[in-house]
Amino acid sequence: MGGPLMHEDTWVVIPLFNEATVIAGVVADLRARFPHVVVVDDSSDDDSGAVAEAAGATVVRHSVNLGQGAALQTGITWVLRNTDARYLVTFDADGQHRVEDASAMVAHAQQEDLAVVFGSRFLDSRTRPGLVRRIVLTGAVWLTRQQTGMRLTDAHNGLRVIRRDAATALDIQQDRMAHASEIVLQLGRTSLPWAEHPVLILYTDYSRSKGQSLINSVNILIDMVLK
Amino acid sequence: MLDQPLIKILLLVAVAGVIALLTRSTSGSNHQAVRRLGLIAFGVVAVVAVLFPATLTTIAEWVGVGRGADLLLYGLTVVFFGFVASSYRRSRRLERHITLLTRELALRSSTPTASPSTSEKAPERD
Repeated sequence: MGGPLMHEDTWVVIPLFNEATVIAGVVADLRARFPHVVVVDDSSDDDSGAVAEAAGATVVRHSVNLGQGAALQTGITWVLRNTDARYLVTFDADGQHRVEDASAMVAHAQQEDLAVVFGSRFLDSRTRPGLVRRIVLTGAVWLTRQQTGMRLTDAHNGLRVIRRDAATALDIQQDRMAHASEIVLQLGRTSLPWAEHPVLILYTDYSRSKGQSLINSVNILIDMVLK
Repeated sequence: MLDQPLIKILLLVAVAGVIALLTRSTSGSNHQAVRRLGLIAFGVVAVVAVLFPATLTTIAEWVGVGRGADLLLYGLTVVFFGFVASSYRRSRRLERHITLLTRELALRSSTPTASPSTSEKAPERD
């Protein structure tokens, strides 16, 4: 049999909110390499959850909308409680992440015995965010470095590989968008080995229209400071 | 900056006190009792100020404020900000409870066993 390697000991966690138009494709693409996908439907208004389930994902549903951080934690807790997964992959629902990057990051973690692999847009020059977004992200990187002491090049990337022992240390309390630096902080405290891995973020017209409004960055930065 | 020293000291002490109280963890009933005493004290002062406005003016002059009404306003402002801050903390606690409940509900409502590891999963849908 000459098929591609399947990651049997890995579960992909996708926080999902109102992505009915793209989630089927995202899940289907993932399942070509990752057979185990759990989607946390954060009380979507559309039928995102049903679409994801039809595409082959396990769906866990929040009764009320809590935010991406809360959805991620629910997914992580679900995997730890219900499976014996060795690795978790956090993956965005909007099609900005590439399955091949996730797969390469899991391989990277296995080969170098790492507990965490953070995806980074800025390790190479492939990804081209706009200037204003670059400025905001640089600010977030600086702030993350101040708060956690960890020298990351991309502080706000949703693509991560987290080994089970590191995942048990997570207790994300920032429900909304300030969770990214909280994850970095909590994983950093474990002192487990970690690395960054270059990823390509696909800024499609669709994801651009859904992406963080820049004004919302004000909220994120304030949340990060107030914690 | 150094005129009206007495009222300024009193207000700064009150503000510091409010901040100190709020940065400590709310230990339930103790905190509630202190808050209630504070509210009662404020109520008493307000009633006295209404019934005996001259008293308030006298006190005001002791601490270096021009009018009794101004003194009341300063006190009210400090209390108000204290209320805003404690209200915010209460909201955060409630949000946390909602999150934990929603999560537990979601986890218990989901299928207890993992999906089969084969990629052939075609649920019947009509």
